[in-house]
Amino acid sequence: MTHIYLDNNATTRVDPRVLDVMLPYFSDDYGNAASKSHSFGWTAGDAVKLARQQVADLLGADPKEILFTSGATESDNLAIKGTVEMLAKKGKHIITSVIEHKAILDTAHYLESKGLADVTWLPVDKNGLVTAEQVEAAVRDDTVLISIMAANNEIGVIEPIAEIGAMAHERGIWFHSDATQAIAKVPFDVGEMNVDMASLSAHKIYGPKGVGALYVRRRNPRVRLTPQMHGGGHERGMRSGTLNVPGIVGLGEACRIAREDLQRDMTHSLALRTRLEQRIRAELDHIELNGDEKHRLPSTFNISFAYVEGESLIMGMPEVAVSSGSACTSASLEPSYVLRAIGVGDDLAHSSIRFSIGRFTTEAEVDQAADVVIKTVKRLRDMSPLYEMAQEGIDLSEVKWHSP
Amino acid sequence: MAYSNKVLDHYEHPRNVGSMDKADTKVGTGVVGAPECGDVMKLQIRVNDEGVIEDAKFKTFGCGSAIASSSLATEWVKGKTVDEALDIKNTDIVEELSLPPVKIHCSVLAEDAIRAALEDYRGKQKS
Repeated sequence: MTHIYLDNNATTRVDPRVLDVMLPYFSDDYGNAASKSHSFGWTAGDAVKLARQQVADLLGADPKEILFTSGATESDNLAIKGTVEMLAKKGKHIITSVIEHKAILDTAHYLESKGLADVTWLPVDKNGLVTAEQVEAAVRDDTVLISIMAANNEIGVIEPIAEIGAMAHERGIWFHSDATQAIAKVPFDVGEMNVDMASLSAHKIYGPKGVGALYVRRRNPRVRLTPQMHGGGHERGMRSGTLNVPGIVGLGEACRIAREDLQRDMTHSLALRTRLEQRIRAELDHIELNGDEKHRLPSTFNISFAYVEGESLIMGMPEVAVSSGSACTSASLEPSYVLRAIGVGDDLAHSSIRFSIGRFTTEAEVDQAADVVIKTVKRLRDMSPLYEMAQEGIDLSEVKWHSP
Repeated sequence: MAYSNKVLDHYEHPRNVGSMDKADTKVGTGVVGAPECGDVMKLQIRVNDEGVIEDAKFKTFGCGSAIASSSLATEWVKGKTVDEALDIKNTDIVEELSLPPVKIHCSVLAEDAIRAALEDYRGKQKS
């Protein structure tokens, strides 16, 4: 029943071109890229080599600086744990932000709990932004790593990576950025961004699930990480394990396409996002945008529809795939920590919906989605005691609620 | 999350959505929950001279299970006396709607909403 997909920040469809390129590596060219003695291996090895170049080209990096992993979560783990272990003699202080993806947060918490790291969790402003000045103020003599995401998955806010990186370089501190949501959506060049490490994932950029990469700078500074996966010394000793050749080939092709189509994709996303936003705003009042208006991914917008709860809204639009920051939609029954961090009250967090446009989203889909959102919000507001009270002029923040 | 057919039915065709006059002495109003929790239910009953609940209305801010629980609650209280309505247990709601464990609290809130409405009505009869 669901046929309009507006949840591209969660995952993306594999581009047909990517799928085409991958298939032979399952059926005919199924060699292990580490098999050096026969043509099956050489073919696989060549395919991986090409993919590595394609990923490097998208990032403006050298192929030697690209490590393949199982995805951005693993890349994030490797970047943080690998650094902390490698630089343990130098210090154990890490600086990161409170709105990072769980792959960063949980890893840092884990290290903290083991006494392996001291973590400074930088707060963000009401738009979700962290500043280079803030990061600088947190730097200590024993700081070994700064990790700030390039773009946030929930609200789409784009952080000032280049400035933070410049500051980190002046201080000689390694700077990692989880670029999973930024890659292929906005330009991201590792030189311009001044990053020493960057995580990315194939399935966010129209590639397959189960494969990603970590950019690891080789010069100025030379970053070396203590491996977290042992067994054979693959990827320059930093990540052992037989390479997922078809996945890597797919990732490479996804990066090639992203590099060629970046402008086209950006223009397409922005136009459709603007269209969706405008249609919704034209028909509905009492809505709030979550996250910075300007420094935002062209594809993403996260809005709260006051007086209507997120899960019930999603239930009313089964044709459209979106996400909500509502507690009811999370396994933990906690509302979104990102929305909390930007100061959105729990009531509005419960009312939030994230729309993320993609390469394959069409204008007709956007129009249909807008119509069904508007219709459902209106229907639920008619059923909402909060909307009724607001219409009566009652200030909801003054009400004494009877919670069991 | 897959919803039970009954929950979907109540969501698509909620029974008794609306409002009654709070000031009416025959009307009992219960408002439970809090916006920060993502669940607020307003349940109202109108009781006739024989002490029977002749009409009920609800409005809910909450997920599909919360909406279904309160909609069901208004269906069940109609035709019951005030005392009979007190016998409605949240577990009955859970069973009727096949609510999963993570949604049981919605049924608890619905039971609370019924009680709050009944208490409000009773309070009005005393004064």
